[in-house]
Amino acid sequence: MHGVSSSRKADSPSTSEAADRVREFQATAYRRQARLAVRKPSQLIPENTVAGNALTLVVAIMCFLACLTLGAVTLVRDASREWQGDILREVTIQVRPVENLDTAAEAAKAATVARLFPGVASAEVVSADESEALLEPWLGTGLDLSELPIPRLVVVRLSDPSIVDLSDLAQRLRAQVPGATLDDHRAWTSRIETMASVTVFVGLSILALVFVATILSVVFATRGAMAGNKDVISVLHFVGAEDGYIAREFQRHFLLLGLRGGLTGAAAAAFLFLLLGFVLGPSVDAANGEQVSALFGRFTVGPIGYFGALGIAFLIAVMTAVTSRLTVYRYLAETD
Amino acid sequence: MIRFENVGLRYGVGPEILRDLSFEIEPRSFQFLTGPSGAGKTTLIRLIFLSMKPTRGLITVFDRDAASLTKSELPAVRRRIGVVFQDFRLLDHLTTFENVALPLRVLNKDESSYRTDVVELLRWVGLGDRMHAFPPVLSGGEKQRAAIARALIGKPEILLADEPTGNVDPPLARRLMRLFVELNRLGTSVVIATHDINLMNQFNARRLVIEEGRLTVYE
Repeated sequence: MHGVSSSRKADSPSTSEAADRVREFQATAYRRQARLAVRKPSQLIPENTVAGNALTLVVAIMCFLACLTLGAVTLVRDASREWQGDILREVTIQVRPVENLDTAAEAAKAATVARLFPGVASAEVVSADESEALLEPWLGTGLDLSELPIPRLVVVRLSDPSIVDLSDLAQRLRAQVPGATLDDHRAWTSRIETMASVTVFVGLSILALVFVATILSVVFATRGAMAGNKDVISVLHFVGAEDGYIAREFQRHFLLLGLRGGLTGAAAAAFLFLLLGFVLGPSVDAANGEQVSALFGRFTVGPIGYFGALGIAFLIAVMTAVTSRLTVYRYLAETD
Repeated sequence: MIRFENVGLRYGVGPEILRDLSFEIEPRSFQFLTGPSGAGKTTLIRLIFLSMKPTRGLITVFDRDAASLTKSELPAVRRRIGVVFQDFRLLDHLTTFENVALPLRVLNKDESSYRTDVVELLRWVGLGDRMHAFPPVLSGGEKQRAAIARALIGKPEILLADEPTGNVDPPLARRLMRLFVELNRLGTSVVIATHDINLMNQFNARRLVIEEGRLTVYE
């Protein structure tokens, strides 16, 4: 502008030189502007919008909850498998005192019979001291057990529960050791099996519900975030963008957004699993540890929990992307 | 280039808001589309731009029956038509440069291939020093010119401008009009929807007048 006004005032050679210089300056400025335009192009879909950030948060929270549920279900399933395994691998022989017979010798005989049976790993007589310790909570200390008709126990560990014919073992014991009965924990096992499968079933049902809730909330949050982008869709549409191009742009944007949220949620859940393992692991090993770990397992989430969390994060991200794609197509169908 | 034959449009079961429109827009022609507010100028522009379908009649665009165009053919046809909307429709999160370059960007063209063209066009419309500004900080007139530049960057064969001088002062309106006239001289057909009679009187051009749903052509 200055160049134009000064050239009007006078026509002297110096001003025309000045005008040339101004023109040259302007040309340089334009070249610089053209170079400046090379900066990284903005995303076609606005980033860091309130709706977009809210969606990331929803995805992160729902993914975290789904991962926690999955972790809890795997924990329960592993624990119940351990219970069943432990119980199936052990049977007990009870040797009741019979007149004129030495109960300890009878117990040792029963242990020998059991040891020779196929599929049995070991058979150990529970010592008098151990029996005393077992009875101590009920009978108090300082008792002479030899005075009392206390049955002796033989703990039999099975190497392979599937090949052991327990009824045959029971029959042999009855024939060779009077007063011996075999307790194969069958009633226990079936009850625990039922309980474990019910617990796992309930866990899986909760997982399914959490999944459905996750899917729905992600779908609705994505649609909410898309509502703010209708202008972008319509502008891209009328400047001649193909529907596929618009859908791809949105899909990519929402996939990244979903991944960011999903991985954050999954990472938080994985961190919590690790933390639980560290904090509760040592306490399980310490006092009363055996009882606690027998009941609840070891509080460690297995690889299924971690890989599952990763899988959930990707699944949620894909769902976000697909929802955005479908929303674009629906909106475009309404526009034309 | 564009032909309307007995075109009618109604919304739902209401009365026809456009009736028996028959006219033609020739290549390299210049015309005003005028009529009172609410007469249907914007609707007619949308019909030409194929973003609406008529309820009856025949629209021929670039020798193709508009009704026979498939959805996948529409973007290519739209790229031959430039539109300047009354409300500009610029994307606020993109710079002026990016807004103007949008029609080329959506063709997956490399930015280096069109950078110079965009900068040159921005200079032509007087936005050379505003190319890195975002639309919210542009004045009404600057937005208008950015919208015009975006409509022109793809070198359309016809430019449809809806009230392009509606938001600007008379000197800028005249300047924009000179821009359209120059564009027309370079070979583009121009249709300018306006209800500004003074502005139209300054140019001796064909007028398409819509009144009560009917269109009259004054050559």
